[in-house]
Amino acid sequence: MSQTIPIQFKLNREDMSVQVLANALLSDCIRHQCQQTGTHVGCEHGACGACTVIVDGDAVRSCLMLAHQADGCEVTTIEGLATDGALSNLQLMFKKHHALQCGFCTPGMLTTAHALLSHEPHASHERIMEVLSGNLCRCTGYINIVDAVYEAREYYK
Amino acid sequence: MMNSRDKFIGHYTERIEDEQLLHGRATFVDDLHLENTLFAFVLRSSIAHGVIKRVNTSSAKELMGVHAIYTGADIATEFNQVVPTIPIRLAPIDDLKRFKQPIIAYDRVRYVGEPIAIVIADSLERAQDASEAIEVDIEPLAVVGNWRSSSQNISTLHPEFKSNIGTVYHAKKGSISPRNNAYHYRKETFKVHRHTAVTLETRGLVAHWDEQHTKMKVYGATKVPFFNRACLGETLNLPLESIEMIEVAVGGGFGVRGEFYPEDFLIPYCSKKLKQPIKWIEDRTENLLGTNHSREVECDIELCCDKSGKIISLQSTLHVDAGAYARTSVTTVPRNSAQFSSGPYDIPNIDVTSTVYLTNKCPIGSYRAPGRFECDFFRERMLDMVATDLGIDRIEFRRMNLVKFNQMPYPLARIDNPDRYEELDCGNYLTTLDRCLKEFNWDQKALLQGKKIDGKYHGIAVGCFIEGGGAGTKETAKIEVNDHGKINVYVGSANLGQGVVTVMTQIAAEELDVAMGDIEVFHGSTTYLEEGFGSYHSRATIMGGSAVLVVAKALKEKIKEVAAQHWQCSASDVTLLPGLVCSYQSQTLALNQLKKDQLSISGEFPCKINTYAYGSAAAHVSVDEDTGKVELLDYFTIEDIGRIINPLTAKGQAIGAVVQGLGGVFLENLVYDEQCQLTVGSLADYLMPTASDYPIIRAMELQEHPSQLNPLGAKGAGEGGIIPVAGLMANAVSNALSSKGIQVNELPLSPQAVWGLMNTL
Repeated sequence: MSQTIPIQFKLNREDMSVQVLANALLSDCIRHQCQQTGTHVGCEHGACGACTVIVDGDAVRSCLMLAHQADGCEVTTIEGLATDGALSNLQLMFKKHHALQCGFCTPGMLTTAHALLSHEPHASHERIMEVLSGNLCRCTGYINIVDAVYEAREYYK
Repeated sequence: MMNSRDKFIGHYTERIEDEQLLHGRATFVDDLHLENTLFAFVLRSSIAHGVIKRVNTSSAKELMGVHAIYTGADIATEFNQVVPTIPIRLAPIDDLKRFKQPIIAYDRVRYVGEPIAIVIADSLERAQDASEAIEVDIEPLAVVGNWRSSSQNISTLHPEFKSNIGTVYHAKKGSISPRNNAYHYRKETFKVHRHTAVTLETRGLVAHWDEQHTKMKVYGATKVPFFNRACLGETLNLPLESIEMIEVAVGGGFGVRGEFYPEDFLIPYCSKKLKQPIKWIEDRTENLLGTNHSREVECDIELCCDKSGKIISLQSTLHVDAGAYARTSVTTVPRNSAQFSSGPYDIPNIDVTSTVYLTNKCPIGSYRAPGRFECDFFRERMLDMVATDLGIDRIEFRRMNLVKFNQMPYPLARIDNPDRYEELDCGNYLTTLDRCLKEFNWDQKALLQGKKIDGKYHGIAVGCFIEGGGAGTKETAKIEVNDHGKINVYVGSANLGQGVVTVMTQIAAEELDVAMGDIEVFHGSTTYLEEGFGSYHSRATIMGGSAVLVVAKALKEKIKEVAAQHWQCSASDVTLLPGLVCSYQSQTLALNQLKKDQLSISGEFPCKINTYAYGSAAAHVSVDEDTGKVELLDYFTIEDIGRIINPLTAKGQAIGAVVQGLGGVFLENLVYDEQCQLTVGSLADYLMPTASDYPIIRAMELQEHPSQLNPLGAKGAGEGGIIPVAGLMANAVSNALSSKGIQVNELPLSPQAVWGLMNTL
């Protein structure tokens, strides 16, 4: 497993060119090789959703995807949601609704919600709950997160 | 009370912490990438109880990238055959000190997951691979799997002490004659299962020993960094000033995170040996195996009443399964579940015995509302049962027995070893119960009680609780004017995600009458203050916030003095305008025009008496007859927390706590098999609530009765949400299934368990 593979992908609109081990996870590549640590790893087995990133428009568990599978892809993480340093409307809704406490799950919540609303800007309350139920949060009890995402729909329509 | 002149306190205030977190820029411990970092992997016992015969690391040490491997024997040799142990932080007593955990196993292993060796390599993968090349020979011993087998002493965890009983506590009040000639009594046995906090971020540390300057930096400290600094100083034989504990962003605490664990010694120890930074990040399986468990208590309880329904006495025997060792906060569950047995009720005679048993399971510690969640379940179940026995409405029964406003301060049972007296400080428990019923719409929902609709039985329940907060003995703060004429506030409290920075900023801005943006709060290092006491027992706002308030007041006086020197007048002639602008006659001086050297004030807020927030909660559930699944249809919780600093975070704490409690009641379960192997190894086995499970939780915070014990008037607010959840759910399910004569005496209320109750009678 010491052989490395060269890969190129876009990370938050920037071109990345890295050598990765064949068994390297996308989460580790983003966090430790690219040192964009906004993406968090909570379980390394796809259960908690904290590591969710957006790969070519879809929400993906970066701990269940190999880094080399991202070759040629466009990857967006929490760091890529803001524009010119200003929080996106979705992020501002999280602030307004107190949809985060410790903030560890937030990267996955935001990317999951962003992917959802990008595809389904009219998502119902139930649909939002259903989709977010793949991401664990231990602090908030979720209600404020669902409210934040629901109100953010306006900005995706 | 909310002061209408308050500009910041009590106002909806978005959190300062959020900006960095939402950008993904906050630094958590695994986000650190120090140069030359080595990686640690801890080899853990796969056997629950046994004698270590041999740990051979010779071939593992030869593997590529391995820098060092230390075993228990290596560390014992270095420490003259006395492996350092983890101290008991809260209410330490000699009985329990006998069972302190060595920071690495050296002669015996006593739970699955106990550290046996630590491997340091240039990558985590290599460290982990090398750990698999370590030959371990452990001769298994019979395991002790629960408090009953622990009490029988068939196998003894610490044979030199001949018993598995850690200690026995007694909580007493009044006198107990045989049933006090009661008109009615009822005896029951209840059981809460083992579960715990399971923070979303696992524990982790980066230790960096700087040989040249003989300085140790430990990143990843939280909760009680100053206490942990002292532990580390003692075990590594380093002076306190050479150790800096650094708090980075923390992914949830809930009591378990930030205590001193074996790795809190091992990682700095290895860094000091190897003179390089070392990173250790717990994986999820290790987190489930080794981070404090909690809640596993069985209770035999007896409640006696007179004819009118007034409770005369409460007697109970608690059996606490404490796991293999007495860790830092081992005392909290057995003491709290005994002392707070009576909760918010007026019970004149109490006699509780609480026994701590050692078993071959992960050691226990505090988890949000430790002991309080458990004893609330026991008591509230008893109240519903006894009210039914007596034919008294359960609400009337509670009203009759709640502590009344004019009984305050009201004494609780006194606990021994060490002796601790507690009293409920103030409040009106009855009006809060009434408010709860009104907001919940009890009368309407009561019509559904026990009814079966579309294959589902409906049940409602109400319960009352108290939340202790503000553990003493003091907290510290320092406030200074910085070079830009802005305010730096240093606090001894830790931020575990609960919003300490925002709350402290609000308090300081209010008192100093400056904009929140002019204040910066620092909590991230043990170098900022001489000492600090941290965040636990819902104390950060009460104690830390009061310290900020006290010091802010002192700073204002100091600013006036400095301005008076400038104007050659008396400080009492100087007035402060908004923005800390000094005014004397027609002249003014802005903060950055004053000499800065005196504008730094340190102080503390001392208080040894706990505050008691209180409240009520009500819930409506349905139970599916076919599957046993319980659906939560409505949940309302109300709590008087003395003074609301930030309505947004106060409500966030309440709702988050309720949902965490619901997870404990319905989903979460740390199941050990008969060999004391933990059968829960991932978040696919340890189920926690998700966004679609409990969508209707309503919370209301009141500030009708501010605490008189601190200048803020604040009481605890972080734990009240979770305290009544188990009692409430068990009562609601029992009420739903009353037509079947079902009584819930055990948690969890998983679909299997509830289905089992419906199908075994």
